[in-house]
Amino acid sequence: MISLPAPKPEILARRDAIVAGLAALLPADALISEPLRLKPYETDGLSAYRQPPMAVVLPRSTEEVAAVLRFCHAEGIRVIPRGAGTSLSGGALPLADAVVIGMMRMNRILEVDYADRLAVVEAGVTNLGITAHVAAQGFFYAPDPSSQLACMIGGNVAMNSGGAHCLKYGVTANNLLGLKIVTIAGEVVEIGGRHLDAAGYDWLGLLTGSEGQLAIVTEVTVRILRGPEGARAMLAAFPSTEAAGQAVDAIIASGIIPVALEFMDRPCIHACEAFAHAGYPLDAEAMLIIEVEGSPAEQDFLLGELKGICNRFAPISLKVATTAEESLAIWKGRKGAFGAVGRISPDYLCMDGTIPTSQLPFVLRRIGEMSAQYGLQVANVFHAGDGNLHPLIMFDANNRESFHKAESFGADILRLCVEVGGCLTGEHGVGVEKRDLMPVQFTPGELTQQRAIKAAFDPDWLLNPAKVFPLEDAPAAPRAA
Amino acid sequence: MSTAVEAPATEADLAALIAGSTAPLAIEGNGTKRAMLRPVQAAQTLSTRALTGITLYRPEELIISARAGTPLPEIAAALAERGQMLVAESPSLGALYGATLPPTLGGLVGANLSGPRRISAGAMRDHVMGIRAVNGAGEVFRSGGRVLKNVTGLDLCKLLTGAHGTLGVITEVTLKVLPRPPASATLALRVATLEAGVAVLSAGLGSPYGVSGAALLPRGLAAGEGPVAVLRIEDFPASVDYRCGKLAAELAPLGEALRLDQPASEALWQDIAELAPLGAAPEHAVWRVSVAPSRGPGVVAAAGMPKALLDWGGGLVWLAGPATTATHAAVVAAALQAGGAFTLMRAPQPLRAAVAVLPEEPAALAAIGARVKAVMDPRGLLNPGRMRAGA
Repeated sequence: MISLPAPKPEILARRDAIVAGLAALLPADALISEPLRLKPYETDGLSAYRQPPMAVVLPRSTEEVAAVLRFCHAEGIRVIPRGAGTSLSGGALPLADAVVIGMMRMNRILEVDYADRLAVVEAGVTNLGITAHVAAQGFFYAPDPSSQLACMIGGNVAMNSGGAHCLKYGVTANNLLGLKIVTIAGEVVEIGGRHLDAAGYDWLGLLTGSEGQLAIVTEVTVRILRGPEGARAMLAAFPSTEAAGQAVDAIIASGIIPVALEFMDRPCIHACEAFAHAGYPLDAEAMLIIEVEGSPAEQDFLLGELKGICNRFAPISLKVATTAEESLAIWKGRKGAFGAVGRISPDYLCMDGTIPTSQLPFVLRRIGEMSAQYGLQVANVFHAGDGNLHPLIMFDANNRESFHKAESFGADILRLCVEVGGCLTGEHGVGVEKRDLMPVQFTPGELTQQRAIKAAFDPDWLLNPAKVFPLEDAPAAPRAA
Repeated sequence: MSTAVEAPATEADLAALIAGSTAPLAIEGNGTKRAMLRPVQAAQTLSTRALTGITLYRPEELIISARAGTPLPEIAAALAERGQMLVAESPSLGALYGATLPPTLGGLVGANLSGPRRISAGAMRDHVMGIRAVNGAGEVFRSGGRVLKNVTGLDLCKLLTGAHGTLGVITEVTLKVLPRPPASATLALRVATLEAGVAVLSAGLGSPYGVSGAALLPRGLAAGEGPVAVLRIEDFPASVDYRCGKLAAELAPLGEALRLDQPASEALWQDIAELAPLGAAPEHAVWRVSVAPSRGPGVVAAAGMPKALLDWGGGLVWLAGPATTATHAAVVAAALQAGGAFTLMRAPQPLRAAVAVLPEEPAALAAIGARVKAVMDPRGLLNPGRMRAGA
């Protein structure tokens, strides 16, 4: 169970005055303070943790965000930035004495420039909203997290979101040109712009993935890319996870970089098949979904090569899509994987460690052993090309013991990821969920240095507190120059 | 200018040396880019050139790790043996700086230098997956790791990449690598103006054919020629043929495309990466301007300099001209007017010491930057003055 810091009594005592202060800064419909209406903001995608905030503001402009931050900074009030609330690591979990800044009303696409291949959007535009807006011209925004229908670009920047296609197209950080941010002191700063690789320190890179610890993002300039002529998927089923793992290594070593390379284990295959009826092989221990891009002839060539590679590892079955519809059918189960597991078990924790791909068979075997020890089912779905695991641990939220066991099981998996040379989180972020595991990956000195950088942006630790860094130590103030 | 050079053979020795230092240190690898940015105010030089060797290479995981002083050619050769490459096509800039030694991995990462493939495959900073470094207090720290996806903690790999040794001394780097495409070719189109050239590059980059290089040579491929736009395709041989054919057909309204086959294509992009078509005279100053691609030709015109080379679809503008404060001011004005950034890449020391070699940051950001510098290098020992005067 993850502990949250006690609310500051002096802030709670001034609640009415603080709400009145916020009301003076914003239109009436941009402030929420009645307990019933605060309820939707009490949690995010990590729904086991709930805490209504003191108030929620829903700004419509960078200026309103800046006004709220200036006020909160002056009053010593903690603030929690929130996009769509899809964080699986509790990145938007409030505190009782905090103001949530909800970005969903800043949802305008401000500009699209096809010649310079960029779009300027507000932070509350959804990930898929960008692609939908430019798709008619054949363009797309590359990072595609599973939550892309709902999740917002500001949250994608905060978490440096990835997706199934980042083996080829990179993660959020690789697809940004500029940001408009507001500092905790309410100063509006433009980072980068419409050009690549701005000179000076890479603030764009540091801010991306900083989980709301350094500033609040209000506008984002993203690169948009012209889509390929087409894409097609194949499915390869193997009798063992080892064979599937060897096939992944052989594919990468062959010089072909598929645009997606997804791995599912037996429990996941069964869950997805029951849900989506995608025609997945139920006798397989492991299955790969491999997607390539190009013209139909190029797809044929690449899929032929990939088939040849998979055949070296005694597959149970290989199915190459011949049409776009067959491709969609292959993807259908994978895209619904989280929902499918949700049908078997009402509650699950989605873990997100990354491992060197060579360790895959060992790690899956250990996860299987741990599953037996804890008495909890687990299904594994995995971005195989880049080693990003998503074990889904099933538990019963109505049973506190079951939940605690699931949390311990998850922590053990993440420790294992670090032990074999990987990391705690590949794309979901540390949030509150993995905060207390940070010492597994970092030395005390490394954490002190990261905390001090956080404090260089936010000296009073008001921005998204109790996330990312373990609570035990007092916040570090930056040393004097 | 630097005199004494220390080149510790281990990370621990390097950390101890920094911890025990009381005076500023010039930080370098092989020192090939000393004429870039501002002259460092330090009597002693700390070099990573003795920290060498590839420490991990897993071709099937697309990962290579090497110590910071490892010469680039050694890494490139190890990758080539397994049919792989450094993704960002980073140049050595040996000709630009008259360097006799090859650049080191640490120097390249410290400068975040990327070549033509940056436009399609990302910058050097996009491929730094993990870093080990020593901060100004002499403490060893790590960020990232050896896996391709990692969002654990603040991304200090990004912060150190391009920080020119001012926030920490990089001792080891883990890079993402990619397979070397088996075939390549280039389409070259003569264009009437630089604006027409950028339109060709935009059409190419906006096509579905995976253009991996898009440059504009104001003085063409041969003497006396006007501007020429060049677009590169890299892939399997059949794909290169198919895509070149489709692209040439789509670009036909903009001009006739001449195809350069693999040997000529490879030589051309090597030249572009190393700035040969810029034609900078030895006494010239050289600037690098980054803008939105459509603003590139305007920067060339506004800077008033005939020696230019445009890469990255027109957004990366290289300029060469007299090393005077007046020409520098013209480049700065042109870059800022176009909403972009500039870097003084090469100039005689007096000019580099006299002018801002990078754009000023907004006050709020500069204040944060000063606090971050104080965190990483509390005594101000690492490369003082390299990026900005007094910092």
